[in-house]
Amino acid sequence: MIKYLTPFYVMLTGGIWAVLSGISITVIIALLSGLPIRPTLSVFFITGIIGAIWIAIASRTGRDTRHKQISFVIHAVTLLLLSLFQPFNAPLSDGILWQLLGIAGFSWIQSTVMYNILATLDKDSINRRNLELSFISSMRHFGFLFFGVMILLPLYVLIMSSLKSQQELLMNPLNLMPDFGQSLPDLFRSYIELFTKFNFDTYLLNATIVSVTTVIITLLFAVPGAYAVSRLNFPGRVLLSRSILMIYLVPAIVLVIPLYAVFSQLGLRNSLTGLLLVYPATTLPVALYMLQGYFRGLPRELEEAGMMDGCSRIRVILTITLPLSLPALASVSLYVFMIAWNEFLFAFMFLDDPDMFTLSRGVVSLNSSEVPRQHLMAGAVIATAPILVIFLWAERFLVQGLTAGSVKG
Amino acid sequence: MSTTAGPMARREAKLAYSMLLPTIFVVLAIVLLPLAATFWISVKPVTLNDLRAPEATAKARLRGSLEAAGDSAILEFRLRNTSQQKPVSDITFKATMPTGITITEVDPRCQYAAPDLSCDFDDFPAKFSERLKIPVTADASYIKNPVPLKSITPLMSGTSDNVLTNFSFTTSNFTKIFDSESFWHVLWVTMVYTFAGTIGALIMGLFAAQLLQREFKGRTVVRGLFLFPYVAPVIAMAFTWLVLFDPYSGVVNALLKQMGVVSESINFFGIRDTPIDLFGMEFQFPVALSMVIAFEIWRYFPLAFMFIMARMQSIPTDMYEAAEMDGASPLQQFWSLSLPQLAGILAVLFLLRFIWTFNKFDDIFLLTGGNAGTRTLTVDVYEQAFALSNLGAGSAVAVVIFVLLLIMSLLYFRSIPKEEGL
Repeated sequence: MIKYLTPFYVMLTGGIWAVLSGISITVIIALLSGLPIRPTLSVFFITGIIGAIWIAIASRTGRDTRHKQISFVIHAVTLLLLSLFQPFNAPLSDGILWQLLGIAGFSWIQSTVMYNILATLDKDSINRRNLELSFISSMRHFGFLFFGVMILLPLYVLIMSSLKSQQELLMNPLNLMPDFGQSLPDLFRSYIELFTKFNFDTYLLNATIVSVTTVIITLLFAVPGAYAVSRLNFPGRVLLSRSILMIYLVPAIVLVIPLYAVFSQLGLRNSLTGLLLVYPATTLPVALYMLQGYFRGLPRELEEAGMMDGCSRIRVILTITLPLSLPALASVSLYVFMIAWNEFLFAFMFLDDPDMFTLSRGVVSLNSSEVPRQHLMAGAVIATAPILVIFLWAERFLVQGLTAGSVKG
Repeated sequence: MSTTAGPMARREAKLAYSMLLPTIFVVLAIVLLPLAATFWISVKPVTLNDLRAPEATAKARLRGSLEAAGDSAILEFRLRNTSQQKPVSDITFKATMPTGITITEVDPRCQYAAPDLSCDFDDFPAKFSERLKIPVTADASYIKNPVPLKSITPLMSGTSDNVLTNFSFTTSNFTKIFDSESFWHVLWVTMVYTFAGTIGALIMGLFAAQLLQREFKGRTVVRGLFLFPYVAPVIAMAFTWLVLFDPYSGVVNALLKQMGVVSESINFFGIRDTPIDLFGMEFQFPVALSMVIAFEIWRYFPLAFMFIMARMQSIPTDMYEAAEMDGASPLQQFWSLSLPQLAGILAVLFLLRFIWTFNKFDDIFLLTGGNAGTRTLTVDVYEQAFALSNLGAGSAVAVVIFVLLLIMSLLYFRSIPKEEGL
């Protein structure tokens, strides 16, 4: 049964993959070159089938890396011949280098993927297990392609559209490449204008002040609280630790009307103080929850030894527990910083005065027809860059800390 | 263990309470009180205008001139009630005259004890305005050291009925939202959005976690990239999607047109639905709603990914080795080994994500503003309270959200597997 299914599997895999990689490479070349190209999908499909059949037959005698190179040539030649030298529906002479690059790219992806997926299916080992392995390998390759496009395309568009005006994009939306021939101040004009004319220096400062202060307040409150919940016995402990989670589930939008009303009457609405009252309250539950999960995992014996030596509870916390919890403190700080930095709703509702804007609020204020769109995108980049840098630098902490609270083992 | 608390236990409990006190206080003030206030406002006829309490004000100005000692003029105060609708009552007024200014004739409602003039007014009806005229004379000490009289700012106080604190209630907010047809549509959209967004994010997260399970070069970098949609600010990501899918200058539409998939640009975030012909059956495909769901999945799969990945790394490898020995195929291993191991965390993630997606406001607000059939309950709160200026109706929707949420949370605590934390 498996034996008879395998040829169909091989051909279908080759064909579908060729369509996928054909579309991907065409999109990439189109985005990079701005050429009006389009893949003839049927040609790619058949090319893929031929390439797959060849690699399957060639691998019958075992895997050989040379097959990959031969497969590359087979894909490229078949594609060119089948499409009558127009694989991208445009005369090959239009931007010939780009088109050749596209053909090479397609052949490279296709030969590599087919080699990885299909070369395991040599004659003696066609069984369910290997077929499944091959299929899983195919899905893995697809997964990387899929997630790659899903994450890199928006990132690319975000950055490029901040360097290019909407008029230029209207002319050819696919040509995202900015004109690198212009001088640097021209290229980064929108960034420079944001800082010189649109007060982004103030917004950056405000966002930093608010985020850092929120982290400090949250830690000051959450560390003792989390310690009490995780280590001390008191009536109502279980109830309290569950309420913490419940409060974490209360959405900001439910709180925003009364807070707006009260803050308006107290004059707290257009001030960073107002935000600094709200942000720690919204981050405290999650910080407490993360920290208590970590404290629980620390060995009690260390603290008990400290107590035996006559240290007070506070001293034990300061000299034993906290130094041991530095990774957790780092991850909580990072997470809280991220929440405060990215927060939109309260900043949007509370702040009307441009001197008080945080970055989120500032970027939204650029979303108007009077401001060029690349300014908006440049603002978005400015808001994203710091958080991304901090995050890539300390990603390990965030992942560990976030998951430690709820996952044991 | 004895049930009566000894002194040690009491001391421990006291320490615990004192350590928790700051947190409890902050949460009480910023979360629980506003929550209660939402319930309060939801049964009151409050609009955005009511937030500015009616006030009595006075503005001074001088009629005539005081240039030599003995000159007299009229000091005039323009008294006003700032509110267009509500009266202000029990008003007091107090102004201090500069040195050298004497009031020659005192209004019957006022007392003059030099240099202070204080008055009591009964009521200012809505839109009230009056000129209080006070004849004054100046002597030599004023001429030597003149202070412009219009800079006198009297202290005024008054009481007015604040609709936020009085005891007039109404059920009209709730009847209004439940009677409107759009509310049930909003509820339906919320459920579809929440359900599809949650399931989608979980499946994507599971898929991503499977990809990165094995060690390979550059895995940390890839993992960092996978988390990017989640850590980046929502404003940046929402505007990026808007630019990406723009009908005129967006990459996606241009690509679709160039590839020959569509002939006309699609306004992805702007059209409610489009007819789609599937095997001869025509149905309306909700375009904008699908787009915001896709955004939600894209933005929050990293969270599911992170948790699933952490759980997978704690599954003992010898289980797989044993399965391998028994001849289980890879898909069988995934189906009967990995999935049952992940069931607990998947259930927790489902409920948590369900609740969070249900609570989500920013994403839809920024992408569509709740238009084109994408208005969820949370966006409706904003719409009612701030776009239509009806804080009462907005709070009523917020109360509905909270009640639904309470039901879901109870479900969460009921069904959460014991071994998955807490």
